[in-house]
Formats: sequence, C-alpha cells, structure tokens
Amino acid sequence: MKPQAPRVLLLALEHSGALLFAVILVTFGILQPRFLAPENLVNILLQSSATAIVAIGMTFVLVTAGVDLSVGALMFIGASIAGRMALAGGSPLLVLPWMVGVGVIGGALNALLVTRLGILAFIATLGTLNAGRGLGLWISQTRAMNLPDSFARLGAERWLGIPLPLLVLGILTAIAHGVLQQTPFGRQLLAMGQNPEAARKAGIPVRRHLAAAYMISGGCAGLGGVVALTQLGAVSPRFGEFYEFDAITAAVLGGTSLFGGRGNIFPGALLGAVLVKSIFNGLVMLQADPYLFPMITSVIIFIAVLFDSLRRTWIARLRTRTVLPPPAPSV
Amino acid sequence: MDPAPIPTPLLRFEGIDKAFDGVKVLRSVSFDILPGRTLGLVGENGAGKSTLMNILGGNLRPDAGRMVWAQSPYSPQSPADAARTGIAFVHQELNLFPNLSIAENLSLTRFPTHGPFPWIDRKALHHRARELLGRVGLDAPPEMPVERLSAGERQLVELAAALGTQAQLLILDEPTTSLSAREIGRFFELLARLRSDGLTLLFISHALADVLRHCDDIVVLRDGAVAAAGRVTDFDVPKVVQRMVGRDLAQIFPQSRRSPTSPHPSGPPLLDVRHLSQPGILDDISFQLHHGEILGLAGLMGAGRSELARILFGLDPCRNGVVLLNGIPLPSGPRQRLKAGMAFLTEDRRTDGLCLEASIADNLTLVGLRRFVRNALGWLNRPGLADTVRTLRGAVRVTPSARDSQPVRTLSGGNQQKVILAKWLVTQPRLLILDEPTRGIDIGAKFEIYQLIRQLADDGAGILIISSELEELIGLCDRALVMARGRLRDNIPRAEFSQERILQAALPA
Repeated sequence: MKPQAPRVLLLALEHSGALLFAVILVTFGILQPRFLAPENLVNILLQSSATAIVAIGMTFVLVTAGVDLSVGALMFIGASIAGRMALAGGSPLLVLPWMVGVGVIGGALNALLVTRLGILAFIATLGTLNAGRGLGLWISQTRAMNLPDSFARLGAERWLGIPLPLLVLGILTAIAHGVLQQTPFGRQLLAMGQNPEAARKAGIPVRRHLAAAYMISGGCAGLGGVVALTQLGAVSPRFGEFYEFDAITAAVLGGTSLFGGRGNIFPGALLGAVLVKSIFNGLVMLQADPYLFPMITSVIIFIAVLFDSLRRTWIARLRTRTVLPPPAPSV
Repeated sequence: MDPAPIPTPLLRFEGIDKAFDGVKVLRSVSFDILPGRTLGLVGENGAGKSTLMNILGGNLRPDAGRMVWAQSPYSPQSPADAARTGIAFVHQELNLFPNLSIAENLSLTRFPTHGPFPWIDRKALHHRARELLGRVGLDAPPEMPVERLSAGERQLVELAAALGTQAQLLILDEPTTSLSAREIGRFFELLARLRSDGLTLLFISHALADVLRHCDDIVVLRDGAVAAAGRVTDFDVPKVVQRMVGRDLAQIFPQSRRSPTSPHPSGPPLLDVRHLSQPGILDDISFQLHHGEILGLAGLMGAGRSELARILFGLDPCRNGVVLLNGIPLPSGPRQRLKAGMAFLTEDRRTDGLCLEASIADNLTLVGLRRFVRNALGWLNRPGLADTVRTLRGAVRVTPSARDSQPVRTLSGGNQQKVILAKWLVTQPRLLILDEPTRGIDIGAKFEIYQLIRQLADDGAGILIISSELEELIGLCDRALVMARGRLRDNIPRAEFSQERILQAALPA
C-alpha cells in the first residue's frame, strides 16, 4: 500500500457526511430544480429542527460509546401528557415545559439502568422504548388529540423574522456545541468514550457523567417533542416513532462515531439531521413512491455507518502495534 | 564511605502479602523508597512487580502488611487516593486519550475555567501545557491531537501529565520500551533533571544496565519476595541477574531427571521457518523445529514472541518469508493450519482458549467435533463422545470431583489449562504452539502439564513453547530460541542452557 492512499481516503472518510450532503443536494437539485428554491430550503430546515434537537442530545450519549433508543418514546409520553393537559384547558407555556421534564426523568431512568444496574445501553433503552410507548398509549388512551390553536400558532411564530423552531434549535446548538467542546464535562465525556478504563484511572467521575449524558439526551428528546408538537398541532398514537433511528443517523452522518470518543454537534449533528430530512423532502418533491422511502433512507444510513467502521479499521491499520524501534526521523 | 544519616523514607512497604486464587504473588515484601532518590525495581516477568504497583496505586488491596507514606499510614482505596497523596504513574501501556489534544490530556481532571463559569479557559490550558511540555522537552503545539504523536512523544506527554499532578513520587513502569536509543538517552537526562528538582523516582525496567547506571538504589524481586536490596554501587549486572533468577533448578524440576531423549535434530524438519518479517514486529526470523522436539522461545514481554506465534498460526498477516510444515508451504489462515495438524494455545486461556460457560465435556470435544459425526444428517455420536471425554479426563487428570457437565468457568486455572491441552489430544496435532501454558498455575498442576507436553513430544509432535519462566524453559525444553525486539538473538542447545545466557540475549543491548 502506498503511504499516500490511506491519507486521502481518511480525509474522505472524515468528511463522509459533508460529501453525502453535497451529493444529495446536487442530485435532487438536478432532478427537481424547485428543490433548491429558498423557500424549500427554509422548509427543509423547519422539517429538520425536531430531529436535529433530538440528534444533538443523542450525540452526548453516542460519544460515550452508548446509545439511547428511547428518545421517540420519551417524546410520545411527554406529548400525551401535554395533550391531556391542553385538552383540560392548560395554556402552552404551562404545558410544554412538562415535556422537557418528562424527557429528563426518562433519561434519569435510562441512566439508572445503565450505570447502576450495569445493563447494556442498547438493551436498557430498548426496554424503555417499548415500556415508554406503552405508557404513552395508556396516557393518551390510544386516541389522537387535536390541540388548541394556541399550540400550532407557537410553531408558526416568528421572532425577529426567524421561525421559533429554528430559534430554539439555534440556541440549543450553540449551548450544546459549547458544552461538548468547551467544558471540562464535554471533554471528559469524549475521553470516557475513547477508553473508559483509562478515564476511570484518571479520576473522571465516569458514572456521574454517563448519567448526565442520558439525562441530556432525554431532555433534548422532550424539547424535540415540543417542537414537533407545535408544528403538528396534534398528538397521534404514532407521535415520535422512528425518531431514534433518524437521530442516530443524523449524528453518525455528522461525524459522531458509534464506537465512542468522537462527536460533533456543529455542524455535524445539525448537518446530519438536515441531510436526513432533505432526502425525505426531495423524494416527496419527486413524487416518489412513499413505500420506497424507508428503503432509500436505509441504504443511505448503511453507507454512512459503513464509512464509520471503515474509518475505524483504517485508523487502526495505520497505527498497528510495533515492537521494533521506529526508524530515525529524517531532519 | 562516610555513612550519611539515613533520611526518613518517603514510602515504606511493610510485609505486603497478596494472593490470587490461592497462588501467592507477593510474600512479605518490605523495602523503603528514600526521598529525592531513584529506586530501580527489577525482577523477572511474574515476580510480582505489577501487583505491587497496583497495590501502591490503589487498584488492589494487600492481604496483609501496610504502607507508610511520609510517616503516616497509607492505604489507598482508589487511583484517585494515590494521586491525592502525591503518587503519579507513567505506565507501560499508555493511558492517553488519542482523540483529545495534548493540552486536554494534560489537564483532563483539572481544566482551568473562566472564574465561576464551567467554560474551559483555553489560554490558561495551553499555557499550562506549554510549561509542562517545556519541562519534558517536547516541542509540539498544545492543541495537537495526541493521535498524531509518535510513541516516544506520547511517552513524554504521559510523563508531562504525571508532572502536572504535582506528584512527589513518580512511578515509571518500563518507560523506555517503545523508545529509540536516542530518545532513551534524552529520557534519562530528563529524569536526572527532575530528580534534582526534588522528585523521587521509582524506575521499573528490564534494562538492567540502565537501572544500574541511572538509579541510586535497587530492589530485586523474585517469586514475590525481595531477593536483594541496596545501593546500586554494590551491584553489577551478573549479580543482579543471579539474584533475579538464582534458585536451584532441582527444586522446581525434581522429575527432570528423565532418561536423556535421543538428540532430535536429524532428519527433515517438521517446521521450517524462513526469513519471516513483518514491519515493526518481526525482523528476519528463521528456525527449524523437529519431530519430537520441545523448542523453547524466550524473551521479555514485547519481544515479539506472541506475535510470532500468531503469525505462525496464520492469525496475523506477515509480509515476507515462508513457513513450511513437513516441507510443504502453509497456505494462509488458521483453518488450513488446523487441518495440516497445527494447534495453538494462546496466552489468554480464559478468553481465547475456552468456552467458559460451556461444560467440561463440550470443551473437551470442541476441536475434534467433526470426528464424532455419525451419519449424513450430521448428528453427533453421543456415546462415542462420552467415551472420549472419559479417556481424555483420565489422560490429563482433570480434578475427579468435577462433573462432565460442569461449566469450565468453575475450574481452577490449572484444571482449565488441562482441559485445553486435552482437547487438542483428540486431533493429535503434529505441531503444538503453546503460549505461556503454565501462567498462574500452581506447581502441582504445572508438573502434570509438563508431563503431558513431554508425552506429546515423545509421541512425535513438535512443540514450540513460549514462556517467561526461565526455569520452565530450561527444565522442559530440548533447545531454546531467544528473541529481543522482534529479532532472534540466540539459539541455545540444551547442553549449553543457563539462565544467564538466556537473559543476556533477551535484555535489550
């Protein structure tokens, strides 16, 4: 193998998300020029905001080499409670904060299962996913609930000309990016994902940080639920379904590794969420067969995850263990 | 020499005992570490150095004895306790986080922040990093990710991290194994400078010449006990080696007085290894192994012995060279080698050699399972299996109290190893590669395993055995190869065996 080849390949793998994004935009733009119209681009952003918010929370869990499958279910529980409260006459500002609270509590439960009982994150959150959907159905009595107009108005509200969902997303992105990149907590989270044993030895409070990561993920799921609810104006029994899949996809497309230790919120998770939703949006505009949507998105996701594993094998191969002294550096 | 007043020890070990599963690894270890000096701690692999350091670092608790730090009792419950006390470790396996920057690695649990806000003060962070990097003489930007550094540079970052904890006692565990000769020279200059700043150093190394040249005091561990201690000026390399190994062989191998087997190196070789090279791991390895011969492979940890074994068995790739079995070149991959009559017992028997939750019977018959297929449907011949299990258990004397259906996990290390050896008896391998077959096994079980190995060889199999216990190699083998840094350094016939000669070849020049 020539020494240059892996470096170019690595560079491509590192930016696989951006590459895919470019390919998708150009492809849809050629097939349907209206796809690139400014109003459609804003539309895509609006459609992405809930997924992006959930993906941002998910990134905190993924960098620890964990996963949170329960996000969609937590959105649903929160929305069901909010729906009941709203129908009983609660105003949006009174009702919606509960959804975030429900998410944080659900995240705390996940954290308990993972850090205290030592259950694998995948299994623990798969459990809370199923239990959570059941609980949501019970609370909502499996009925669809149409919320008062005051909720939907909130979703269409603009502040200084910026749609409220985008404003929420922007503020959350700034904070989350800062926390991951610029706080001791964020950096220690990345260290834990890279090598939990060494992190423990270094004196990082591994369990406490892990718990915080799941609670952040739950809280972001709740906030994502708020945005989705105000955009839809209704709670259906399928509210929040498949958000875990979209959020993990968005995070991975944005350069977060499922193996932990690597995570990116801005532009990563944000870009990933927009990418996922532009595929959806583009397919709708092309009037593709809706039954094909899941297959097409899945293929794209598999490619993204494949890149992630490839990146790991390549990095590992570039750093094979050596026992011989390295050749003297030529000065 | 004028006897200077003996200073109060910075750290004192008093009668430390430690046993794992009934095997004693530390026996009443007592010695002092004096402040402002460098203590060299030497001993063979398995002499108890790592266990002692794990106790010192709060990862393990001693069974008996105590430690005294600056005249007050010291009993760490966690690595954090050790760090608070003022003890810092520079490990053989690096504990850095390659995904983070140098500066972040140096301040991982002590990030400077902007006043009351949790935001990292990057300026202060990089300033601190530059200062620490300056102390270890590494010229690299603080924001560079550690994954871009060489092994030697990472070692310096690790040292800088230890300095950053304001430690009084610095434990250096084989810090020079990954360094080039020039880097080693610079490293010792650096250590001398740190000591003159008032730091106390504990230096663990196999490089005896370096220990004698750069340390003030020396402690030799052997079989978990202090075999010698004193000033380095009272020692030289042969004396240290003698203390490291010095023991009468007859005590360990009372049965090695077996009838001298006929000299084997005649006829065509069973295994012929020609010019094996893999960059960074092996450098031009050539040797032969004959039918009925037990060939030992000696060397220090990291010399490339296990890597050679894995390559021979086709588990790892190899760039150059050929391996011939009975004159026929071996195709790649372990499956083909199993078919050709090779077997490999890895050094980690619990994860690589056994299905721990499966029963003794299932483990015993795992390798040869195809031989028990009864008909075209692929059904197993259960009575035949049971017969075989009975025969095998008799042959290797797995403890009679255990039922065939009992999970292997519940057996002692010695019995587990017997199960592994026995399962290969089914296929009657022609070449058996054993990596540390008696590690962590009590002396009684060792004898039975030695006998089993000898019996396999007498039946015509060739045996390649990797061991870090020199007594074992000398007692068991017909010939020994010595590796160091990926190269074959010596090829010693049984008549010329001596621990000194093997160690001399195994120690880095």
